[in-house]
Amino acid sequence: MTIDLKTIKHISKLSRISVDDEKAKKLAGDMNSIFDFIEKLKELDTNNVEPLTSVAETTLKLRVDEVKSGNIREQVLKNSPDENEDFFVVPRVVE
Amino acid sequence: MSDITSLTLTDLVKSIKDKKISSEETTKAFIDRGEKSRDLNAYITEDFSNALDKARAFDQKPNFDLKLPGIPMAVKDLFCTNGVKTTAGSKILNNFIPPYESTVTQNIWNEGAILLGKLNCDEFAMGSSNETSFFGSVQSPIDKDLVPGGSSGGSASALAANLTPITIGTDTGGSIRQPASFTGTVGLKPTYGSCSRYGIVAFASSLDQAGPMSKNVKDCALLQEIISTYDEKDSTSIDFKRNAYSKELTNNIKGKKIGIPKEYTVDGMPKEIEDLWTKGIEYAKDCGAEIVEISLPHTNYALPAYYIVAPAEASSNLARYDGVKYGFRSKGENLIDMYEKTRSEGFGEEVQRRIMIGTYVLSSGYYDAYYIKAQKVRKLIKNDFDEAYKKVDAILTPSTPSAAFKIGEKTNDPVSMYLNDIFTVPVNLAGLPAISIPAGVDAKGYPLGLQIIGKAFDEQNILNIAYAMEEKIEFKNKITDWWIK
Repeated sequence: MTIDLKTIKHISKLSRISVDDEKAKKLAGDMNSIFDFIEKLKELDTNNVEPLTSVAETTLKLRVDEVKSGNIREQVLKNSPDENEDFFVVPRVVE
Repeated sequence: MSDITSLTLTDLVKSIKDKKISSEETTKAFIDRGEKSRDLNAYITEDFSNALDKARAFDQKPNFDLKLPGIPMAVKDLFCTNGVKTTAGSKILNNFIPPYESTVTQNIWNEGAILLGKLNCDEFAMGSSNETSFFGSVQSPIDKDLVPGGSSGGSASALAANLTPITIGTDTGGSIRQPASFTGTVGLKPTYGSCSRYGIVAFASSLDQAGPMSKNVKDCALLQEIISTYDEKDSTSIDFKRNAYSKELTNNIKGKKIGIPKEYTVDGMPKEIEDLWTKGIEYAKDCGAEIVEISLPHTNYALPAYYIVAPAEASSNLARYDGVKYGFRSKGENLIDMYEKTRSEGFGEEVQRRIMIGTYVLSSGYYDAYYIKAQKVRKLIKNDFDEAYKKVDAILTPSTPSAAFKIGEKTNDPVSMYLNDIFTVPVNLAGLPAISIPAGVDAKGYPLGLQIIGKAFDEQNILNIAYAMEEKIEFKNKITDWWIK
């Protein structure tokens, strides 16, 4: 299997990471060598195997649905790269 | 009395409890050494002046009933610390100040310990050499230009160089055990669900675990006893009866059955590793353990499966870094452009590579062929261990297929870097506990570690085996302070 530049550009869109042509070339090379290594899994017959999603064999516990935010709005907003009064600010999305 | 910074945690606690030294003297000693050791680049953030204030406050109103009375300690910069910058080794978080504390670190402060600062690590814990950190690579105190391992490389370097008496790391595929092995220190990856993940910057949530890194097994048991608690803030935290690991620690392992898996070898593995393993088997026998040959037939498939599962989970976890609510933001022409530039400039090369791999294996048309396939292989690997544990109590292997390497030696070849974790990754996939202890050195004098893998929730047993073997091995780390001018 080979991952071509078109696929790299597609994945970069899905990943929301901008990739120029030079970077795409390097990524394609790296990813192809990694996937060559991963292809080893194809040797295994796993038709009758259940996928393992979690090793923690517990059932989720229920808890009371209550707010435990601690009223730290200011501290939370302080980390924002761009804030305006009580809001997070992003580039204009409505023209 | 000998130099404060070279004491084990256990001895340090005793000295403070016996009032031979104060918390302030102790904290000062570690700060002084930290300041002289900046060339190691072990710290991302020093919190020295706050540490001194806290130490003085402790001395004025000491509580010697605590398990870590006034003990200064630095932690991996993947743990959120309330009011202290937490970066995960990434540019994208380089100005993030958490408004909350991770459960694991809170447990430590509750026992009287004092934060010295935050230690360097691979970006988002993705790496095996600490070279992917935005804040630069870390020097191993073992030798100049040698990697300390990763991702908990700053933790391993700081511990081995006596900048902190003990520390914590996180381990998703070997990130505690491999750097411990590279720096002649002890590192424990606990059972999945043993230590809360709350407040730890997430990498691969089904694999991540926090754990202690220490100068000896007894210290390791003491810290594990403190950090392992059930936590309702982590939905995968498991409510099981935890041992008083340090109190119950014993070197009596007579009759314990220890399995030796024949598959734990790789092409071109240095003979030194083979010899170390053979020596380890002899030590275990000397301690009265019974050696049993076992087979873990799917071992060779663990690393490829890991490089699907871990990046898949990472691509999902790291979707939150979009430049909106916290962290680095790049200017964009519109919202999407802002996201794409922020993530392209904010994440380093290895992190971007893993997000892309993860996105690809989860994308339409590839999900079954890669992601589901990897989860099935994960099941086979867990089954291997389940079968083995019908016959044995623990498993002994080398921790890594080689000793530490030079900075820059493997950065251009991701797969050769990934191979570092070939002996540690199966343990994470199966959710088991495992400890790495220093057991010898290679021809250059670089430390080598042995790994003891246990059954789920059987930390006490592997700590006991490690404790017994440590006595026989009598490993002494040779640190020359070459970086201090």
